[in-house]
Amino acid sequence: MKISTIKELLDAEVVCGADSLEREVYSACGSDMMSDVLAYVKDQAVLLTGLVNAQVVRTAEMMDMVCIVFVRSKCPTEEMVELARESNLVLLKTRKRMYEACGKLYAGGLCKNGEKR
Amino acid sequence: MSEAVKFHFSVDGEDFSSAGQASVSVKKNLRQLGISPETIRKVSIAMYEGEINMVIHAGGGSADVTVYEDRIEISLDDHGPGIPNVELAMQEGYSTAPDNIRSLGFGAGMGLPNMKRYTDSMQINTEIGVGTHILMTVKL
Repeated sequence: MKISTIKELLDAEVVCGADSLEREVYSACGSDMMSDVLAYVKDQAVLLTGLVNAQVVRTAEMMDMVCIVFVRSKCPTEEMVELARESNLVLLKTRKRMYEACGKLYAGGLCKNGEKR
Repeated sequence: MSEAVKFHFSVDGEDFSSAGQASVSVKKNLRQLGISPETIRKVSIAMYEGEINMVIHAGGGSADVTVYEDRIEISLDDHGPGIPNVELAMQEGYSTAPDNIRSLGFGAGMGLPNMKRYTDSMQINTEIGVGTHILMTVKL
């Protein structure tokens, strides 16, 4: 699924990385616990989270993720946006809650390991 | 690569938001050395968890990464309180981190297990009141 499709499905706003919306995402992970995110490596993933601090961006970078979606209208700080730019990460924010956001992406065809639903 | 390449970092124990900076640097350095992305990911995640642990539990410490021809070694040293029960600490979900750390997204009891998961070997030497030394190896 392209990041532009994620943006559309979640009615999301682009915080940074507007020129990378055509990048492909093959898996997704929704969590506020970064250690749980770090336990499961998947390629080209998107992280959905309601947590806002610099470690969210570092976690995504460590995992070679390509996009972070902040749910419940959470807004990343300037520091986080700067870190994301340095690591070529796309940041999106949506008003949707975690459950609905994950559900929309799953229903849209984005499954856990890049497999078809 | 005939000689080992070494990187040294000190980990600031005061500032949680800067935790992980050393791991980000290691990631960049390893990329420049032409190490495979999968290996880089293993090394940087293991080191990142280690860094976070040192900030949460030990008031900081130091990290040394050495790249040999056949392996990468990550050595973490702190002068924190030590780990009273290593076997317990290695269990997924067991954590002694304070609640405020959980609200920051860590302290789920996955740190040490994740470090073991992503490395080929891990040795923990810890002494109560003296500190902890962890040596992790990822094969190339």
